[in-house]
Amino acid sequence: MTRALDRALGPVALGLMVLTVWLGLWVTPPDTTQGDLVRLLYIHPALAWVALYLAFGLAALCSALYLWPRTRSERWDLLAASTVEVGVVFLTLTLVTGSLWGRPVWGVWWTWDARLTSTALLDLLFIGYLALRRVPADPHVRARRCAVLALLAALDVPIVHFSVQWWNGLHQGASVLTPGLHFKVHGSMLWTMLLSFVAMTAVFAWMVLRRYQIAVREAAVGDLELEAALRERRAEGVS
Amino acid sequence: MWRDAVLVCGKDLRIELRSRVLLWQVVPFGILALVLFALALGPSEAVLRHGAPGLFWLALLLASVLAASRSAGIEAAEGTRGTVRLLGLDSGGVFLGKAGALAVQLCVLGAILELGLLAFFHVDAARLAASVPLAILAVGALAAVGTLYGALVAGTDVAGTLLPILVLPALAPVLIAGERGTAAVLAGGGPGRWAVVLAVMAMVYTAVGVVLYGPLEESS
Repeated sequence: MTRALDRALGPVALGLMVLTVWLGLWVTPPDTTQGDLVRLLYIHPALAWVALYLAFGLAALCSALYLWPRTRSERWDLLAASTVEVGVVFLTLTLVTGSLWGRPVWGVWWTWDARLTSTALLDLLFIGYLALRRVPADPHVRARRCAVLALLAALDVPIVHFSVQWWNGLHQGASVLTPGLHFKVHGSMLWTMLLSFVAMTAVFAWMVLRRYQIAVREAAVGDLELEAALRERRAEGVS
Repeated sequence: MWRDAVLVCGKDLRIELRSRVLLWQVVPFGILALVLFALALGPSEAVLRHGAPGLFWLALLLASVLAASRSAGIEAAEGTRGTVRLLGLDSGGVFLGKAGALAVQLCVLGAILELGLLAFFHVDAARLAASVPLAILAVGALAAVGTLYGALVAGTDVAGTLLPILVLPALAPVLIAGERGTAAVLAGGGPGRWAVVLAVMAMVYTAVGVVLYGPLEESS
C-alpha cells in the first residue's frame, strides 16, 4: 500500500501540474483588469500556502514531536529537515513569482510591504535552519538545536499571515476566500486556482518523500561509517 | 527558578565586571557603527536627525549580537555546563538569569549610544529621554532573543559567523518597531502600537526561552 502510494505520487503530482498549467494558460480567460498577468496567480498563492502552512507547519510539528521525550525519534528530525528544505524552495519561488507579478502591477520588483518583508524574513530564518543543519555536530545535538530553531522560526508564520490585516500595505488579503468564507473568484478561474493548491500539495508531498528517503539513507550510511571507523580502531588496538 | 535566575544573572554580571568585554569591545563597536553611519550620511544636520532613530537601532542591534555571542560563550566554556548541571539549576532560571544580565548590559550600551545620538545626530535631548521606556522594552526583547539564539550556536566552531545569520532576521521586528516608535517620539508624538509590538515580542520570547532553553542545554 505504502509502496504503491510512493510510486503513484510522482505521476499524480506531475499530471495535476500539467492540468493546472493547461487550464491556467489556455482554458481560463484573461482578467478584466490584470489581463494575462492573472495567470501568475494560479501558482503564487498555492506556492505560498504550501510553504507557509504545510511545510513550516509540518516542520514545527515534527520538531515539537522530536523535543517531546515520549515521541522522540530520529525520523521526526529527518522529516522536519526534509520539509524545511523543500519549504525554502517553495517560499523562494513564492517571492520570485510575487516579484514577477508586482513589477507590471505595482511598478516595482520589490516594495517594503509588511507581507513581503515578513515573508522574506521567514525565508532567511529557515535558510538559517539549513545553515545550522550543516554545522558538524553529534546527530542528536544537531537534531535538538534544529528542532528548537524550527519552532522559533515558525513564530514568524502567524506574523506573515496576519501582516495584511495588522499593517495596511500594498499586498492584497486572502486570494480565494473572504473572511466570511465566501469565494472571491468564480467559474473556471476558481477551479483552476483550487486545482493549483492540490497540485502544489502533491508536488510538495512527492519532493518531501524523496528527500526524506535520501535523508534516512544518509543517516544509515553515517552509522555504517561510524561502525567501520570503530572496528578499525579496535583492530588497531588488538594488533 | 527565580532564585536560580538571580544567581546566574549575578554570576554573568560579575564575569562582565571582571573581564570588561562590554566596556572595551562591545561599546566601542557600537560607537564606531554610529560614527560610520554618520559619515555615510554626510554632515547635513537635517539628514542626520531624520536617520537617527534607524541608525541608533541598527547600531544597538549589531552590538547586541556581539554581547549575545559573549554571553553564550561564557556557558560554552569548558566545564561550565557540567558545573551548572551538578548544581541542579533550573534551566528556565538559567535562561532568565542570562537574559537579565544581557538586558542590563544592553541598557548600559543603549544609554551610551543615546549619548552618541545627542553628540553626532543633533537630536532633541528631552524627546530622546522620552523614548527611554520604549528602549527598555526593546532591550527586553533583544536580550531574550539574543540569549536563546546564542545558546543555539554555543560551543560550535562557527558560532561567530552563524549567530548573526540566525539572530538578525529574528531581531528585524525589534529594529522596525524600535525605529518607528523612536521616530514617533522624537517627532513629538507617542510610540503608539510599536511599544505594544516590543512588549509582546519580549514576553513571547521570554516565555519560549524558559521552555526551550532546557533542551538546548542538554544538547551542548
